[in-house]
This record gives sequence, C-alpha cells and structure tokens, in this order.
Amino acid sequence: MTETALALGPPGSGGDDAAPPQSPARIFWRQMRKSPLAIAGGALLVLFYLCALLAPFLAPYREDEMDRASYFQPPQPLHYTWDGRLRLPPVTFPMRLADPGAFRYAEDRAHPVPVRLFVQGAPYRLLGVIPSRRHLYGGEHGVRVYLLGTDSYGRDVASRLLYGAQVSLTVGLLGIAISFTIGLLLGGISGYFGGIADTVIMRATELLLSIPSLYLIIALRAVFPSDLPSQQIYLGIVAILAFIGWAGLARVIRGLVLSIRRNEYVAAAEALGMSRLRVIARHILPNTMSFVIVAATVSVPGYILGEVVLSFLGVGVQEPSASWGNMLNQARGIRALTSFPWLLFVPGTAIFLTVMAFNFLGDGLRDALDPRRVTGGKS
Amino acid sequence: MRTYVLRRLLQVLPLLFGITALTFLLLQLAPGDFLNQMAENPSISAETIEAMRHRFGLDQPWYVQYLLYLKNLVFKFDFGESFSRHQPVFTVLREGLLNTLLLASAAAIVTWGLAVPLGVWAAVRQHTWVDRTLSVVAFVWLSVPEILSGLVLLMLAAKTGWLPVGGMHSLDYDDLSVAGKLLDVGRHLLLPAFVVGLIPLASRMRQMRGNLLDVLRLDYVTTARSKGLDEHVVVFKHALRNALNPMITLFGYTLGALVSGSFVAEIIFSWPGLGRITLDAILTQDQYLVMGSVLMASVVLIAGNLVADLLLAIADPRISYD
Repeated sequence: MTETALALGPPGSGGDDAAPPQSPARIFWRQMRKSPLAIAGGALLVLFYLCALLAPFLAPYREDEMDRASYFQPPQPLHYTWDGRLRLPPVTFPMRLADPGAFRYAEDRAHPVPVRLFVQGAPYRLLGVIPSRRHLYGGEHGVRVYLLGTDSYGRDVASRLLYGAQVSLTVGLLGIAISFTIGLLLGGISGYFGGIADTVIMRATELLLSIPSLYLIIALRAVFPSDLPSQQIYLGIVAILAFIGWAGLARVIRGLVLSIRRNEYVAAAEALGMSRLRVIARHILPNTMSFVIVAATVSVPGYILGEVVLSFLGVGVQEPSASWGNMLNQARGIRALTSFPWLLFVPGTAIFLTVMAFNFLGDGLRDALDPRRVTGGKS
Repeated sequence: MRTYVLRRLLQVLPLLFGITALTFLLLQLAPGDFLNQMAENPSISAETIEAMRHRFGLDQPWYVQYLLYLKNLVFKFDFGESFSRHQPVFTVLREGLLNTLLLASAAAIVTWGLAVPLGVWAAVRQHTWVDRTLSVVAFVWLSVPEILSGLVLLMLAAKTGWLPVGGMHSLDYDDLSVAGKLLDVGRHLLLPAFVVGLIPLASRMRQMRGNLLDVLRLDYVTTARSKGLDEHVVVFKHALRNALNPMITLFGYTLGALVSGSFVAEIIFSWPGLGRITLDAILTQDQYLVMGSVLMASVVLIAGNLVADLLLAIADPRISYD
C-alpha cells in the first residue's frame, strides 16, 4: 500500500535506469493509454454526465409531464424508410390504444409524423440560466413521440431517464466528496496521533461496519420525515450514504498513515517545527492520493446503487421527481415486468452501463497508478 | 489460543451495546410519536398502551427508556412489543431470521458451489480462452447489481411459469406431504438464492483461482510433478486442499455480506425474511421491531466475522495469537 502511495512522489522518482525522468502525469497517461477499456469507461461517463447536465435540452418533455391518452405506451420505433422511400428526417407512427384493458397499442400507419431535430417545445432554462424553447428532438407540429415508451402515468421514459440522471449520477459524486473528506481527515488523525483519538475513531468505524449496510441505511432513513420536498430528500440520501461510507476508508487511510509517518521526511518536517495538522495535510495525505483516487472511483457505484435501492424501496426520491431508482420502482410487480418490460430495461441499462464504466475506469486507474508497472518499464 | 478466543468474544459485547445505542438514538431523532399513533388506532386498547407505557417507560425521558430497553433485553431477553403486528418482537424476528438464514445459506451454496469449480478451472487453464472468458464474464458480472438481476430473473419466471414468482410457499402448501413441502420451499428459494449468491461469486472465483495458482508454484507441487504423478492427482489431491484453506475462512466473512445482500432479494421476491420485516417496521414506525431487526442482522454479521477469525486461528498453525 505504501509503495502504491509513493508512486506519485516528486518527478523523476520513478526510475533509476537510463530513461529520462518523467512527470507523474506523463507516466500516468502513458499507462492509461494501454487500457482502452478504462478510456472507454471514462468517455462513457463524460457522456452520461453531459447528458445529465443538458437534460432539459435533450429531453423532449418535462419529467412530470403526463399524457392521459398514453399510459404504458411501448417505445415507438423510428422508420428511416417508409412507403418505399428513404425518409430524412425519419418518421414515426403515433400509437393508439388498440385494447385499453391490456394497454395494447398499435401504430397508426395512416399518419406518419416526421421526428425533427431542434424543435420548439416547453420553455426551460439551460444550466439554470439560458432561457430556451428548443429541444433536441420532437414530433413535427408538437405531436408527442415516446422513443423509449411511457410509464404508468403516461410520462415520457426518455425524459425521465435524462432528468433522473441528474439525481442518480450526482448522488455518487457528492456522497464520495463528503465521505472521503471525513474518511481522510479522521483516518489521518487516527493514524498520526494515535492514543485516545485513534481508539475512539476506530471503535466508531467498527460499530458502523458491524451493522449490515442496508439495515443501517434504512434505519438512518427513518430519521428524516418521509414527506420532505424532493431536494431535501436528495440531500438526506447523500448525507446517509456519506455517513456510512467514511468508515471503511478511514480504516485503510489509518493503516497507510501509520506506515508513511515512519518516513524520514516526516520526521524532518516535524523537526523543522511544522505544525502537526500541516504535516498531515502537506506530507502524509498527499502520499495516500493514488490509493484514494482508485478507491473513490470504484466506490461511486456503491453510492449510486444506494440511491437506486432506497428509491426502489419507496423511501428515496419521491414521485413525481425522477431518479433511476424510482423509475425501477415502476417495474415492480409481475404485470409491469411481463407486459411493460421497457420500464425495467431502460433504467436498468443505464444503471448497468454506469456501474460498469466506473469499474472499468477504476481498474484502469489502479493499473496506471501501480508503481510496479511504472518502474518495471512495461506491463 | 484460548485467551485470543476469549478476547475476541469480549470485544463483541461493547459492539452490541453500541449498536443498540445507535439505533435507539436514531429512532429518538425520527419524527412522529408512535404512542400517539397507537392511541389513534382503535384496534389497540387503552390498557395495552398503558401496559406498554409502563413496561418501557415511554412517558419517561429518553435515557430511562433506553436503560429499560437494555434491562428487558439483557435480563428477560425481551425485545419489546411490535406495535403493528401485536406480537412480541422476538417472535416476529425469530421467523424472519430463520428465513433470512435459510436464504443466505442457500446463497452460500450457490456461491461456493460455482466459485470453487470455476476458479479451479480458470487456474488450471491459465492463459487460455477459458481463463480469459471467465475473467471477462466475472468482471462484467461485477457491474450487474442484484436489483437488476433479481428483476430480470423474476420477469423470466413470470414469463415461463417454470418457477414461482415470489413468496415462500404455494397456496396449497398445507396440503402437501413433507417431501412436497421441502420441494415447494426449495422451488421458491431457487431464484432469490441465485440472485444473492451470484453477488460475491466473481470475487470468490478470482480468489480461488489466485489461491490455486499460488499453491501450484510451490516447491512441493514441483516435487509431486517431477515424481511423475498425474497432473489430476497433483492438482486435486496435493494442491487443491491447501488452496481451499483461505476459502473456508472467507465463508464466515461472506455470511455477513449475504445477509445484507438478501435485503433487496427479499423485497423483490417477497421472501418473508429480516429485510422485509425491517422495511415494514420502518414504514409503520414500529420502533422496537426496527431496533430488534437491526440488532439481529448485526449479530449475524458479527457472528460470521467471529467464526471466520476463529477458523483462521484454527486452520493456520503459522499464526500465533497469544
């Protein structure tokens, strides 16, 4: 672990052979380029987070916009050829209820609707400031199209997926930011000072780690009233996940700090009269960074899934706000699963791809930050 | 060795104390007064509420309440009364705990039953397509959360009709013979056990592979090979036994993960276990049931870790604990 940490030392520390000294950043990029899966994962994540950021523009409708004529409408396909001709823009056929009891729909072949880019729609503010009415796509003359189908309230699944990403994808980053700050600080204090602080902090982590996580999450959830506004519920979920997440990290950081503090440069800094907190912040914690970066990357999925599970169980993000978890909640029950499978597969695919992208990226980062590979010259 | 075991057991007590304190604190912070909620419920008599009030000192300050709860728990093994189910908490929990343990054990069989042979297969076929395929599949599988695998399996069960879609018993369960009853529970158990058991599969398989590869590099294996022994004998008789050792220890640590992991599967498959009870208890603000079930789940986790530590102490003579 210490060796991992020391890999990000000063420039030139990486090799005693004839190769010219390289900056850690260059070594890092050279290694990263060797793992295409990690780069693909990173690129996918950038794309997903951009989609979440631009959700109001990319989504044709608002997340809570209901269409009482289209409950449980299946995804409607785009046709690039129709009537023997190439169609650009592609056309789609509005779906009409063929059997209202079973929510069976049929395409209305008589009325093709071109699906155009940059159509006018409901007003919104992009990034919270730029007012606009343009949406990425939509049916001509305001005809509603549901490329990923609708849910039990007749809401567009594609729009909810995009708005839901704003919740589900940011929960992870925010939660990690908080819990890793706490974990680094407490783990650092615990390892550096020892004594009573160490005992208290370590007993606290043992306590948190000996309650099965979902049971603890659910018990913590009971602290917040169930009928809070969705923004506060969101913050509550982040707080809960961060409260649980710091413990495991603090224990590892403590171990790392215990070994790093034996280094001579730490003793030198102390001898020069540096304050202890400054020694921790300037000399010890930076050496744990390569571990922390990898740990953070592979921990994000856990936080995202935490929100998904809470919302799926009905105690997380509440309707009508969208999150990937409460979208999955729509797929609960035999009828939804057998008759309206897109309610499972649309958010499910998004969750799967996000988790996989984080895992690929974390795996690549681990390899790239591993000193044995750096000094070894080749993988 | 004996002092180690004793010390390890004594460490558990403050932990259990801390868990009750933490859950009690959390539920004190929770909004809503269940006493008033109970009083509004016409199905609960005023006498019951008075009896509860007296027994647990609900009209007293929180620290008195907590001490009373502890006293009842330690001296009478009384977890309190479930408000929503009108039963002692322990009665509710005992059944839920047994069902969860049944699910977790079945899941453990799935995990080890697949992880050991697959890990061995990957190790003896190292650097071949078998090894590579298994590692890719395991890596991708790591990204499939149980909530998704559970819902997909439930969908397949509903579409094909091959397996029941939830619950623990069929409607005609009471009329079945003993064998029929076992078979019925087994059929209901199959899907949730797979969902829970597949969670730790990928990492256990990698560990098994790594263990065996490590052992195969040891000198005594080379000796066995140079004696001209059949490769099967070398792998399965000489190497595998030592490679399995760490897997046995991991068993205990995984038990806790399986109990936590069965929470979601219990909800999806309506399995009447501890997770379902906890969720219902939170939704109905059933304070003592919440405290009891969190405590129970933690006891299983702690016990699993304890057993794993002790097994490690017994199985590995190189480590001294005194």
